[in-house]
Amino acid sequence: MRLLAALSGGVDSAVAAALAVEAGHDVTAVHLALSEAPATLRTGSRGCCSKEDARDAARVADVLGIPFYVWDLADRFREDVVDDFVAEYAAGRTPNPCLRCNERIKFAAVLDRALALGFDAVVTGHHARLADGVLRRSVDDGKDQSYVLAVLTPEQLAGTVLPLGHLTKDEVRALAADRGMGVADKPDSHDICFIADGDTAGFLRDRLGAQPGPVVDALTGAVVGQHGGAYAYTVGQRRGLALTVPAPDGRPRYVLSVEPVSRTVTVGPGEALDTSVVRGDRPQWLDPRPLPLECDVQLRAHGAVHRCVVHEDAGGWRLELATPARGIAPGQAAVLYDGDRVLGSATLG
Amino acid sequence: MAYLDHAASTPMLPEVVDTVTAALRDSLAAAGNASSLHTAGRRARRVVEESREQLAAALGTRPSEVVFTASGTESDNLAVKGIWWARRAADPRRTRILASAVEHHAVLDAVEWLVSHEGATVEWLEVDHEGRVHPDVLREAIERDPSDVALVTVMWANNEVGTVQPVRQLSDVAHEHGIPLHSDAVQAVGQLHVHVATSGVDALTLTGHKFGGPLGVGALVLGRDVACVPLLHGGGQERDVRSGTLDTPAVAGLAVAAALAVERQPAHHARLSALRDDLVRRVRGAVPDAVLNGPDGVDRLPGNAHFSFPGCEGDSLLLLLDARGVEVSTGSACSAGVARPSHVLLAMGAKEDDARSSLRFSLGHTSTTADVDALVEALPAVVERARKAAWR
Ligand SMILES: Cc1ncc(COP(=O)(O)O)c(C=O)c1O
Repeated sequence: MRLLAALSGGVDSAVAAALAVEAGHDVTAVHLALSEAPATLRTGSRGCCSKEDARDAARVADVLGIPFYVWDLADRFREDVVDDFVAEYAAGRTPNPCLRCNERIKFAAVLDRALALGFDAVVTGHHARLADGVLRRSVDDGKDQSYVLAVLTPEQLAGTVLPLGHLTKDEVRALAADRGMGVADKPDSHDICFIADGDTAGFLRDRLGAQPGPVVDALTGAVVGQHGGAYAYTVGQRRGLALTVPAPDGRPRYVLSVEPVSRTVTVGPGEALDTSVVRGDRPQWLDPRPLPLECDVQLRAHGAVHRCVVHEDAGGWRLELATPARGIAPGQAAVLYDGDRVLGSATLG
Repeated sequence: MAYLDHAASTPMLPEVVDTVTAALRDSLAAAGNASSLHTAGRRARRVVEESREQLAAALGTRPSEVVFTASGTESDNLAVKGIWWARRAADPRRTRILASAVEHHAVLDAVEWLVSHEGATVEWLEVDHEGRVHPDVLREAIERDPSDVALVTVMWANNEVGTVQPVRQLSDVAHEHGIPLHSDAVQAVGQLHVHVATSGVDALTLTGHKFGGPLGVGALVLGRDVACVPLLHGGGQERDVRSGTLDTPAVAGLAVAAALAVERQPAHHARLSALRDDLVRRVRGAVPDAVLNGPDGVDRLPGNAHFSFPGCEGDSLLLLLDARGVEVSTGSACSAGVARPSHVLLAMGAKEDDARSSLRFSLGHTSTTADVDALVEALPAVVERARKAAWR
């Protein structure tokens, strides 16, 4: 096959490309330049798309002896991922930008262009298994990324090759070292790639400005503090609430809801966060099953798996959870699994 | 493989490879630093000075006016910054730089640096739709206030679209007001008749790897009476204006390459222009809506052709041609591999989309009709595919 390997400059995509080359495919590499003002050097495990990452990616392509190009997607990334991220927070939701990037950039703009240029598929270093249109969790539970790929359509998956799903992260690093790749011991990237210092609240404050409002106790209805912007709060959050009135029962309080119009952040005891019924909007099947359906569901990246029954509900899903889930944040995805097999996904409302 | 990117780097001439390897082998017997006083040092010095004479003779200048450097980029930086500093030191009013809007980044960014760090001001001289600076544009810019101009810098020929500038007329205008003119002749040496004395320029940049010499060696031809503050301080090896022990084999290779390139230039020009005209004609035949950028007439580097392919992106075309063994360039500089719309095309009045849809084909001493055949054969299908792959 003619494959287009997306090289981030990290170890996973490097090994994915290497395995594709070794499997005999005709592989061309691209690095996606997503940041408008790339930093020269990478800072620890944070951020991505620095010039150093671009150079590391180019080095990997050189070692593999494959062509290497840089595609400038900074404008699109800003519009489709960063602006969307800010708008979602402003609306009181908690978006997952990696998921959005996969859905709109990597497996949309890039895949479309690759197919138009005559490639058969795109190869990435995501940790998940994909064969015959069936998406499964990685064998490495800790690194599994099937959750952020579950939003892809069957057509998108048909143009995707994921060579790493049957490898653990340690095995991936060992394969990179065996091949003399300098990125073998490069730290994993964490957090949100476009917030290099990890300060999400500060990032949002810079873009949305100060929007002070009250923090209200759900039990008493009393105003128990002031905040500088509701967008800095996520359902389930416990730290940084800056309450001025202690809780009557002396127990910790959590964010229960964020209401952007009145700028109200409501807090309350942990058990008030427990939900047994959640709603999924814009559902999408990879492996269609009749409803109602009993299966597993994951409600956030690296989150716990709950047993549930999925019901049809006004064009969306109503998920009845067997065990309550705590702190479900609107905007994240509900991903249905049958064992390690991804069935479909919806956006938590 | 069809290599159509000689403007980026052209293969070394076989005679140059011989010269460099012989000089390297000589250094096995005696490692010579051209600044040392012993026999080995004298031998190295002799190579350097003979090379200086050879280069000077080839370019119509005096040996004492040749300053060896490590690249075209270094020569451009030395000329722009060094002459600016010296002119301002002589008269603090002189801070204005007049530079063509189509300079290479080695000049452009050096000028920008003087503006952002040293209090220089710059006036970018506008070009016509073929990329040419008209002498009256320069005259008008100077006459606004001749007393505050530090220097003029206009390249001999443009690296993207091949436009040849009227350097002689421009230097005449500058000299009417006693202002020095620097010209980046990196693309011109070997392709055009470059004779420093008759051109009137006060400083001229060249680099080995564009005319069959080694990589990593260049020169600034700097008039004896042109004051220039050094960038690099140290041993003052090159006329006290450039320090650093010279790479003797590379310097020898540079001089031999210059001598051969200049000797062969008339025949080279004739052969390349014919090949290039054939390329242009056949590209237009293969892709009827392709638009040739730059001059259609004589004032163009003989090895240069530059086209916009409407509806395509330059980087898609490059990828697709590369996959078919045809090596070309989008012509414009990139930052971390990201192609930017060319400032040259924008200055010539192109729209951003057209600037992004362009490719440069550049021919050189190893180019043959087979290279053009390979390009023309691949092009129609490549253009068709690239159109479909345009970002939506
Ligand atoms: C017009 C022009 N000036 C300067 C340079 C820089 O020369 P060098 O690569 O030797 O630094 C180049 C080459 O890329 C060029 O084309």
